[in-house]
Amino acid sequence: MTEMTLAKALNASLRRSLAHDDRVLIMGEDIGTLGGVFRVTDGLKNEFGEMRVMDMPLAESGILGMAVGLAFKGFRPVVEIQFDGFIYPAFDQIVTQVAKLHYRTRGNVRMPITIRVPFGGGIGAVEHHSESPEAYFAHTAGLRVVTCSNPQDAHTMLQQAIRSDDPVLFFEPKRRYWTKGEVDEDAIDRDDVLPMGSARVVVPGSDVTLVTYGPLVATAIDAAAAAAAGSVAGESDSVSIEVIDLRSLAPVDVDTVVASVAKTGRLVIAHEAQRTGGVGADLAAELTDRCFYHLEAPPQRVTGFDLPYPASRHEEHFLPDLDRILDAVDRTMGRRPALYAGAML
Amino acid sequence: MPSSLSESRESAPRASTPPDRPVQLLDASGRRVPHAPYDDYVADVTGDQLASLYEDLVIVRRLDVEATALQRQGELGLWPPLLGQEAAQVGSARVLRPDDFVFSSYRENAVAYCRGVKLTEMLNVWRGTALSGWNPYEVGMATPAIVIGTQALHAMGYAVGAKLDGEDSVAVAYFGDGATTQGDVNEAMVFAATFRAPVIFFCQNNQWAISEPVTLQAQRPIADRAPGFGIPSVRVDGNDVLAVMAVTRRAVEQAREGGGPTFIEAITYRMGPHTTSDDPSRYVDPLEREEWAGRDPLARVEAYLREAGILDDALAASIARRADEAAAEFRAGCTEQKDPDPLTMFDHVYAEPHRGIDEQRRQFGEYLDSFEGGEH
Repeated sequence: MTEMTLAKALNASLRRSLAHDDRVLIMGEDIGTLGGVFRVTDGLKNEFGEMRVMDMPLAESGILGMAVGLAFKGFRPVVEIQFDGFIYPAFDQIVTQVAKLHYRTRGNVRMPITIRVPFGGGIGAVEHHSESPEAYFAHTAGLRVVTCSNPQDAHTMLQQAIRSDDPVLFFEPKRRYWTKGEVDEDAIDRDDVLPMGSARVVVPGSDVTLVTYGPLVATAIDAAAAAAAGSVAGESDSVSIEVIDLRSLAPVDVDTVVASVAKTGRLVIAHEAQRTGGVGADLAAELTDRCFYHLEAPPQRVTGFDLPYPASRHEEHFLPDLDRILDAVDRTMGRRPALYAGAML
Repeated sequence: MPSSLSESRESAPRASTPPDRPVQLLDASGRRVPHAPYDDYVADVTGDQLASLYEDLVIVRRLDVEATALQRQGELGLWPPLLGQEAAQVGSARVLRPDDFVFSSYRENAVAYCRGVKLTEMLNVWRGTALSGWNPYEVGMATPAIVIGTQALHAMGYAVGAKLDGEDSVAVAYFGDGATTQGDVNEAMVFAATFRAPVIFFCQNNQWAISEPVTLQAQRPIADRAPGFGIPSVRVDGNDVLAVMAVTRRAVEQAREGGGPTFIEAITYRMGPHTTSDDPSRYVDPLEREEWAGRDPLARVEAYLREAGILDDALAASIARRADEAAAEFRAGCTEQKDPDPLTMFDHVYAEPHRGIDEQRRQFGEYLDSFEGGEH
């Protein structure tokens, strides 16, 4: 085990991927000489050369289109999109070509392309640098969408994504790049390694299931600790929250969430992305469908509001935090009125 | 493998043909006209080889007419005719090697024919039985792109891959005049120049993008754009199969030798509608069409071959017979195509197992089975 930051774990993961398979190429803007604006690709160009770690001209559609051509030729491109808000020029290539070519060609042409996207807010950035666009891609058939929340998963899941024969959107929680943790660098080769598509229960609990992913997993763990220690006027008031790190957003590991909700009867889903059409909306529908008779309260969503990502001095109010999560937990527990109580009238 | 992707980027740019003088080796009346240095690139083309090119031109036109008829008879949902563009497609495709790779639009059915695509596999997409016809790796030609210009990037990427692999194969991107406005085509040219990719940008300027004339896309000859990206370009009479062959050979040869990309503008004309759903009478001046009919790509080769004593009535009849046989095979391959099993629509969404799609397939199968006589 080695202690490293999440960014360093990604860097180590890319290094192992380049060494593991000589068809792996890394492409992106400023990823070579500079090592990426977050330094995730630091040192890789020196180590593997500019034929494998390639600085790209500034055109995201061009980069993804080039990756498609390279995949046709049997390469395994790993593309870095510099910031979440810069992925849209590449949207057509990702949705129209990367996602559909394997299907279109009846399985003859594979698109083992990994698209790394630093995502989410909380870093006080200017516009276009704090977005959470994962739902667009989760909605697109043909893509896999995953995200990591800690250095170990960053290290293991990125290698799993690169080894996958399907295209993978790999969302990196940029405000957690500097989070440190112990990493077992050989985890990917262990028999008991968790598949990329599986969710993980990170805090066991019995009263409420709290599902989240990416940057909010750390917040959810804090919320669970606060709820467990809760007291009102010296009386114990604790709530046992089971925290699930979803990890894969497409496909979603519904079974893990169903098993938890069947036990707790309460569901709270948290993500930074806007509410409407979000990952939480689909998960709430899915869980209502499958766990209807287990539910003690309506599923609650704690999300960004349905507005464009606001100016940075607003973001502490836009982003779900510990208090908003606990507020939703309280509503499912009947300690506060349900948000839509009386709405049927 | 080269030591650097962009090596010799500083070498002197190659000369472009002046855009006001398209390369022509066979004029509209079938007279052989000299055009240095391109004569050298077809000096080895014998009379028999030219007759074989002529046969290809006749066959692809015959197939195109047959496909239009199949659409009119309700056997195909749609067909994009290539009538008038036979020479541009056959002349360029015939110079490629099997290990080269073509990324085309939907109108390049003559290119597909030259790449060895099976006739029936050309029709799946238009009949609606599948989203693609052939395995791209078996013929060195990707599934044609329907979105305009997107394939230029794929060809560029493939060409960079060929260079990384140390091969001397080339990639060819076929697109039309309309596509040259798309960002993807322009981005492909920037990237191709930067990485000196062995890619040929082959633009068939057929004067029309559905109803929009080329003047809506470009105020200068389209080939003028490429030198601004650092890519040499050439304009060629796209209805002259010999000239198209010569300019493509030159471009391919240079790409194989590490000279990087070339942009070819083949000046031709879409004699038919954009697709069988289109009505050009709403926007095309009949006089313009008549003028282009006088520059027919087949008539000039036939005139040349007859003048040279290579083509006589007997050979012409045998070529026509082979074209009819191909058309009959084409038709049979179309009408014999059955509708696919419903559950096959779930196939190949992913290369690896996927819990979501696997569950939906199972549930839909059970739903179908729930009906009397259901069997899935």
